[in-house]
Amino acid sequence: MLSIKNLQASVEEKEILRGINLEVKAGEVHAIMGPNGSGKSTLASVLAGKEDYEVTGGEIDFLGKDLLEFDADERAREGVFLAFQYPVEIPGVSTTNFMKTALNQIREHRGEKPLDAVSFLKRMKEKMKLVEIDQSLLSRSLNEGFSGGEKKRNEIFQMAMLEPKLAILDETDSGLDIDALRIVANGVNALKSKENATIVVTHYQRLLDYIVPDYVHVLYKGRIVKSGTKELALELEEKGYDWIKEEAEAQA
Amino acid sequence: MSNDDQILEEFTSKEYEFGWTVDLEADEAPKGLNEDIVRFISAKKDEPEWLLEWRLDAFRKWKEMKEPTWPNVHYPKIDYQDIKYYSAPKKGAAPKSLDEVDPELIATFEKLGISLTEQKRLTGVAVDAVIDSVSVATTFKDTLAELGIIFCSFSEAVKDHPELIRKHMGSVVPISDNYFAALNSAVFSDGSFAYIPKGVRCPMELSTYFRINAANTGQFERTLIVAEEGSYVSYLEGCTAPQRDENQLHAAVVEIKAAANAEVKYSTVQNWFPGDKDGKGGIYNFVTKRGICEGDHSKISWTQVETGSAVTWKYPSCILKGDYSVGEFYSVAVTNNYQQADTGTKMIHIGKNTKSRIVSKGISAGKSQNSYRGQVQVMKRAENARNHSQCDSLLMGDQCGAHTFPYIDIENKSAQVEHEATTSKIGEDQIFYCQQRGIDEESAVALIVNGYAKEVLKQLPMEFAVEAQKLLALTLEGSVG
Repeated sequence: MLSIKNLQASVEEKEILRGINLEVKAGEVHAIMGPNGSGKSTLASVLAGKEDYEVTGGEIDFLGKDLLEFDADERAREGVFLAFQYPVEIPGVSTTNFMKTALNQIREHRGEKPLDAVSFLKRMKEKMKLVEIDQSLLSRSLNEGFSGGEKKRNEIFQMAMLEPKLAILDETDSGLDIDALRIVANGVNALKSKENATIVVTHYQRLLDYIVPDYVHVLYKGRIVKSGTKELALELEEKGYDWIKEEAEAQA
Repeated sequence: MSNDDQILEEFTSKEYEFGWTVDLEADEAPKGLNEDIVRFISAKKDEPEWLLEWRLDAFRKWKEMKEPTWPNVHYPKIDYQDIKYYSAPKKGAAPKSLDEVDPELIATFEKLGISLTEQKRLTGVAVDAVIDSVSVATTFKDTLAELGIIFCSFSEAVKDHPELIRKHMGSVVPISDNYFAALNSAVFSDGSFAYIPKGVRCPMELSTYFRINAANTGQFERTLIVAEEGSYVSYLEGCTAPQRDENQLHAAVVEIKAAANAEVKYSTVQNWFPGDKDGKGGIYNFVTKRGICEGDHSKISWTQVETGSAVTWKYPSCILKGDYSVGEFYSVAVTNNYQQADTGTKMIHIGKNTKSRIVSKGISAGKSQNSYRGQVQVMKRAENARNHSQCDSLLMGDQCGAHTFPYIDIENKSAQVEHEATTSKIGEDQIFYCQQRGIDEESAVALIVNGYAKEVLKQLPMEFAVEAQKLLALTLEGSVG
């Protein structure tokens, strides 16, 4: 589904990603871990098409298409979803209205008719249950005055509404208490299928107790320095990142 | 080119959608302004002697006055002798029914998206359309007449209801109130008059559509709305103008009177030609709008969406004379390219327990300058006056300006006056967030701006709100800061 080859990216002339290679197949869950500043969030943003980052080399193939050719909105319409670490507030725009606009643009892209009000509401109700989110929250201005947990649940709700092929969760666990974490994780798990894939970007192993990855990759200084299965995450939890850093430095 | 610049570039190259002119044979006054021109206009309109004297008085006062220089706007000096002060589409006498209206005129209105035909009955809007200077047709007059409501062109009102006009005209905005009001009083050509009798709730929105067509013509319309005791009316005003290289002057006067327990809602969507992207052409929109809450428990509410004009100078105001009277001002003002707007309101609290509320949302883009100027005045006997003002500015790009000039003047210690102000930029983060959900850049900006302006837009009647939303989106397609 997703094939990243030697991806390099920089922001304001500073090189952050220095040759990422990653293969993600449909039905898989990949965890990207690593110490602070290793480039995890940058990778998520670059995949989503944030303009602040300049891709200086490499390629990203998504379902046979060159993802780098697309703007952020086109990528979203092709099925890439990013659950933001810090969801943005948009005053005066309700989540409901926001989702209606987004969903209909995506449908238009696929040559489908806009959803009528009844079908839209039905879909909303269905997805609301998934993340235990309340109707009143969706009528409020998007993310404005939301608690940390509400923001993250709202991200997963949006993901459920848009049914992406590739979901990237950027530090979705940050700022969540254990109950919120469980709700969010349950939502993500419920959305998993053979047709879609998930990339979980996280600093801690904690989230991976709930969303169990097929593969774990450790990012350090803009490169994937180690890959393994979920046991790798446990090892990191136990031993921290220092031994990875040492190994990487030794190889360099 | 950075993303911002690119988007701004796209946005600033958007063209004015209503920039076309129609070839209508016009009956015009020669350029220039003197007593003869005033007499010419008055004669053209077959006015009574008292009105001519009124005009001449205004003209003489205007000659003694100086154009104001205090607004935060800059424009080349206007040559008042280089303007035509009267232009009427030529086609015989005033039409008796829609069938008699020039088909080309009807087509003009249809291009504007307003139809004078029976279609409007479905939407419940009665329209008084003003093209250049003469009111062309007024719909639904009969339906309204049954309720005793008068809704007609100003000229007709002068003929048919001289006592009402004579009594109320100039009583809220006196002829010497300011330079542009004096000019209007001298040369006003037409406009609308609405009269709602005691205890009557007007069953439909009354609507005026202004449009400046002839080149080099100033449009000087007057609107007078009189709401008698316990009555209610919602009045809509929409404006567009064709695209021309020269600047055109528009100096209107709107007067509203609300008796005890009466309520008047006045909504404007102003979309005069703003000039091209280099700042060439466009309308000078110098308007005096004022309402007086004369009776106790009366209410006047102004809502405006200002997207057009090269230069705007406009402060719809409320004089809260009656006890417990309420004044409201809701405004969205958008400026782009080289547009300049200096707009706001005055709330003058005279009666006891009077309340006013001001919500102003400025949006500046391109190289434009957008100023809010507001005055809250609480007079000595206005016990327990309340005011809440909220003035927000939204900036797009780094070449525009937003300014706030609040004046507060309080002579009674029991007053409670609050002023809140914020300035923000449309964030690239907000745009990216929308895009990441599949929403294209233009729609994202429209969504964010409409969200920002929501508090004001929701004050508009439904049909107008939809138009205003589209207009905001159109004016601000794809702009970020």
